[in-house]
Parts: sequence; C-alpha cells; structure tokens
Amino acid sequence: MPPRTMYEKIWDAHVVHEEPGQPSLIYIDRHLVHEGTSAQAFSGLRAGGRAVRRPDLTFAVMDHSVPTKDRHLPLADAVAAAQFDALEKNCRDFGVLLFNMQSPRQGIVHVVGPELGITQPGQTIVCGDSHTATHGAFGTLAFGIGTSEVEHVLATQCLSQFKSKTMLVRVNGRRVRGVTAKDIILAIIGRIGVAGGTGHVIEYAGEAIRALSMEGRMTVCNMSIEGGARAGMVAPDETTFAYLEGRPYVPHGKDFQVAVDYWKTLASDADARFDSVVELDAAKIPPQVTWGTNPGMVTDVTGSVPDPNSFRDPVDRRAAEAALAYMGLKPGTKIADISVDRVFIGSCTNSRLEDLRAAARVVAGKKIAPTIKSALAVPGSMQIKALAEKEGLDTIFIDAGFEWRDAGCSMCIAMNADVLPSGERSASTSNRNFEGRQGKGGRTHLVSPLMAAAAAISGHFVDIREWNVESSDE
Amino acid sequence: MTPFTKHTGFVALLDRVNVDTDQMVPKQFLKWVTREGYGRVLFYDWRYLEGEIPNPDFVLNQPRYQGASVLLARANFGCGSSREHAPWALQDYGFRVIVAPSFADIFYNNCFKNGILLVTLPEPQIEELFRRTAAREGYRLTVNLEDETISDDAGLGIAFQIDPFRRQCLLNGWDDIGLTLRHEDRIRAYESSRQPSAKLFGPLLNR
Repeated sequence: MPPRTMYEKIWDAHVVHEEPGQPSLIYIDRHLVHEGTSAQAFSGLRAGGRAVRRPDLTFAVMDHSVPTKDRHLPLADAVAAAQFDALEKNCRDFGVLLFNMQSPRQGIVHVVGPELGITQPGQTIVCGDSHTATHGAFGTLAFGIGTSEVEHVLATQCLSQFKSKTMLVRVNGRRVRGVTAKDIILAIIGRIGVAGGTGHVIEYAGEAIRALSMEGRMTVCNMSIEGGARAGMVAPDETTFAYLEGRPYVPHGKDFQVAVDYWKTLASDADARFDSVVELDAAKIPPQVTWGTNPGMVTDVTGSVPDPNSFRDPVDRRAAEAALAYMGLKPGTKIADISVDRVFIGSCTNSRLEDLRAAARVVAGKKIAPTIKSALAVPGSMQIKALAEKEGLDTIFIDAGFEWRDAGCSMCIAMNADVLPSGERSASTSNRNFEGRQGKGGRTHLVSPLMAAAAAISGHFVDIREWNVESSDE
Repeated sequence: MTPFTKHTGFVALLDRVNVDTDQMVPKQFLKWVTREGYGRVLFYDWRYLEGEIPNPDFVLNQPRYQGASVLLARANFGCGSSREHAPWALQDYGFRVIVAPSFADIFYNNCFKNGILLVTLPEPQIEELFRRTAAREGYRLTVNLEDETISDDAGLGIAFQIDPFRRQCLLNGWDDIGLTLRHEDRIRAYESSRQPSAKLFGPLLNR
C-alpha cells in the first residue's frame, strides 16, 4: 500500500460505498447534536417518516443559548425556551441521550465530547457546528455540517463526501513563556489567511504541536475553520492516550490496550505526501491580537493597527478600511494602547481547565482595572467548573473582580444574555471577531486566556511575556 | 430539493470579501425551529437600522437591486459558521444563483442541499460581471446549468464548471437521503464488518 496520511487512513477505514465520479459514502462514528442547528433536522425526519438510525452513536447537549447564571429560574427568553423544549422532545422521541441544562455533564458540545471520552482517535465525528474540528486534536476526522447533513446523518449514519486535499502545518521549535496554543493558531491563520485552508484538511505537526497538552491541541484544531479548513487534526500519541484513559466512554482494561495499539497505527506514514506544506517557527511567535473583523486580521502584541493603504489588492484594502471603521481604530495605533471595556474567558476554543488555570495565574491577587465594565470567566463544562472550584480558581477569579458562571457558549456567540454592547470593545478568548458576533456593534479582539486576563487587570492589551507567567500546566 | 435547470434574473452585487454567515443570519435568529421565514432577516445588521427600518446605505436596499435573484459576490463567500440558516435566508429572499471567485466549504454544501446554484469564476470574469452590473440598471443574467454557461443580452457568454455529480443532483432535484438509502445493504454490511471491534468503536456499552 502506498504511504498514506492520517486523514487518508481514517477516510479509507470509513468508506461504505464508492463509485467513480461520485462522492463517497462514509460512515460516521459519533454524531453530536445541539439545540441551535438540530430542530429542523428532526422535523425533516418526522416529515419523511424516518427514525434515527443509530441513537447509540448520537449525543445531544444544550450549549448555544443556555444562560450562564440563574439556571434554577424559568428561562426569560421564550424563543430559546421553545428551542430547548424541541431538543428535549426530539431526544425523547428518537431515543437520543441528552445532557440538558440540569445535567452535571452539560457543557459546550466540543468540550463535553472529549472530556467524556466520546471522542476517540480514528473516529469520524460530525456536528452541526463549524468548530467540530476541535475533536481532530485526538487524531479524529471531525468536521462541521449543515442542518440538511445533520438530518442525513440522523437517518443514515453516513455522509456523502468528496475527499479533501491535505495540508501539513508544521510548527517547529519551542514556544516562549507567555505564548500559548491560541497564539500558534492565530499566527497560522495570519499566515495562510482565512481562506488558506479551503478544500483542505489540515494536519498539525512539529515539535511545538507535540509539546502541547490535549487542551492546547484542541485550541489549535478548533480554529482550523477560521483558516478555511473544515477539519484539523493531530496524530495521537502518549499525551492523547494518557488524557483518554479512564474517561467514561473510553474502553477499559485490556480493551484500552487494544484500542491504543490501533490508535498508534493512525499517524501519517513518514513518506506520506500532502498537497501543501506550511512551516512556522514557534520561537518566533509572540502573543497575538486580532485588530479587524476576521481572525486573519491579526498581528503581534508588539505591533500596530495596519494602514489599509499598505494592502496592495484594492479588495483587501477596502476590507481593511471597513474593518477599521467597524472596530473604531486608527491606522498606526499600537496594540498595547488599545483599551478594552469587557473581558470574556470562555468558548469551545479556550474554556478548559488549563485555560482557566492560566488566566487565574495572571489575575491571582490582583484586581481588574476600574475601567473594565465586566469580566466573565465561563467554564466549558459543568465538570470543568466543578474541578476548577475544587482548586479554588473560582475564588481567585471572583476576588479579582470576575464573574464566575455556568457552562455554555456564552459571549462567544451571544445567543444568551451575555452580550457585548454596541460600541464596546472586548478582549475575548473565543474564535470569531466577525462584525456583531458578540453583540451588534460590539468590537472583538481575539487573544489567549493569558492575554485576556492581563487585559482585564491592565485595562488595555499588554505583552504578557513581560509578566513572566507560565503558559500552560506542564 | 427543487430542480435547477436554467434561470434568468436581475443581478445584485455585494462588493465585499470574506462575507461570513454571521452577517447573513445573525445569532438571534438561530433560535427559530423552522426552515421558513429567514428572507426577512437576511443580512439583518447591515440591512436594517434600529426598529427594522431599511438602511439606505446597504446595497440590497437600493431600488435598482429590488427583485434580484442572482447575487454577485467576492472571494470566500459564506465563511465561518456552519449555519444552514444562511442559505435558507438567501433562498427565501429570492436568490437562486450566487456567483463568486470562491466559496467556503460548508456554505457550499449547504447551498447545494437547498438547490441554490453556486458558480465559481476566475477573478477577471467576476470583475467584468461587477462592471456590467454596476453600469446598467436592470442588468440580467441567464444561468444555464444544462450547458454550464452564463450569458447576458449584450453578448457576454461565460462557461463555468461544476462537479458532474452535483450538476446531476441539481438538475434532477434528487433527495440526498433517498440516494444514500439505496445503499442500505452496504451500510448494513459495513456495520456488521465492524462488529468485532464494536466494543471499541461501535455501539457504546457503558452509556
């Protein structure tokens, strides 16, 4: 057999049917469902008189619109309540396991899957959410789909797919202290552009990726879609196996060893060919801050807001002009001189225990700047919340002036009450700085948890490297 | 899915790169549980001022682009969120065809599932279409999927390419799930071939 990439190995293992000139039918191992994109799919099933083919491979969770406080009270948002009711009913009628708002396992779908061990290497995983790429951190082919495809997977447990091209992103060298997985992925997107990965599945490799914890790898894979790639993945290794062992849905004992032996075969063959290769040096990546209205509009914390006239392509120039007008920024403004009004630490990108610990190291014993109107720390799952509280992180955040909330997507997408008001500026650990993403007229700067925490303390962006804080747990 | 063979309609333009699906349908409308009625909220934050008053500065609100059914757009159209509400809104608003230099992957699939034809053309041809649309009020294009051409009544004739399988699906309006279920025996065979490893990769025993 010719050498194959990890993507090709997983693909080959899941082909149910193929014919020349047609998309292949591939089997889906895990289907994750949330309230935001599933109601119409279940309605379609009902209309067609179809059942969920494999309810045992389907998992549902409430995350996009859930309130992050006062969950014991009735929902104030009637439209959201109706959507939650629909999910409850759909899961009951079709036999799907649901982690609802009262479940101790509730959380953001891309946090819950891995932490319960539902996500495992070598699987195909889909979800009606573009950040499904997160699960690729385990050596999983995971990507986001639309509601019609959700219905298709519910009905058939398969998807009709054309094979993607492959891109290898190799990050060599070592991060410096204060630089995180978030800075790596923002730097990658800055390099390849927001459409650089279109049509591709990215495999992340290299010393700096290997050195990341599973949490860090999830942060990197999570934002693959912001570089245009539907999926991003990292070969499983001892870090992966250690993370998985003992989690509720992971095989136990002898079966675990059998699984690990299989998982070890997944890595791309040494001489496998990729359609394109990108290389970065982690040692040369400073903390990153976005200045515009897509994640590719990003620069070093030591940099400045660019001059639109510095873009050669007139279409790009106009895009930069529009972005600066929306962001209320002037060309040449130093990133460190940009003040923020609100800070959000959370989202499927950066809400895991390691992220919360990192932010807590920054704010411990300090107070948020008096100019900060609110600072939210929103754990990615109720399990993470409980673990963080056991370590006393909640007290550290609250003492510093943060609000400590329940798990959900929160101010990343602002479908609940956690909204960035118009004209205000946030330092956010989320994944999208699109216009209106965190609230109509809100201005989002994407940063790492360390950088967001430092902005909360200082009231403006600072080069966290000068604070000498550990980037991650290791 | 409604079959798509040939369409003639007024052209509107959206001169902006990287238009994301958050702009097409902002988050507050993702709580609805139906597929209908999203045309009203298409490009909501750009299109309306406070109180849902049409914003005269937004291009689709200009009188000359009312009734358009062909949208001319820029690169990486439909990037970001996987929300299928975006194509539902475009379709409900009246768009049958979108022409751009490139589209984001998930958006491309989602449009296809809803019978919206996405035509990818090289930048110089896109520029020419932008020029022609801007120059003449009431500019119309005919998009023919059968022979894969775009034409106007002023001599323009452009060939485009689309994957042959997708073309067949659109021309016939085939139901995707129906297509897959023709392979039910294959799906079942695949599932049983995985039974030995089911404990690891298949049905979960410990849920």
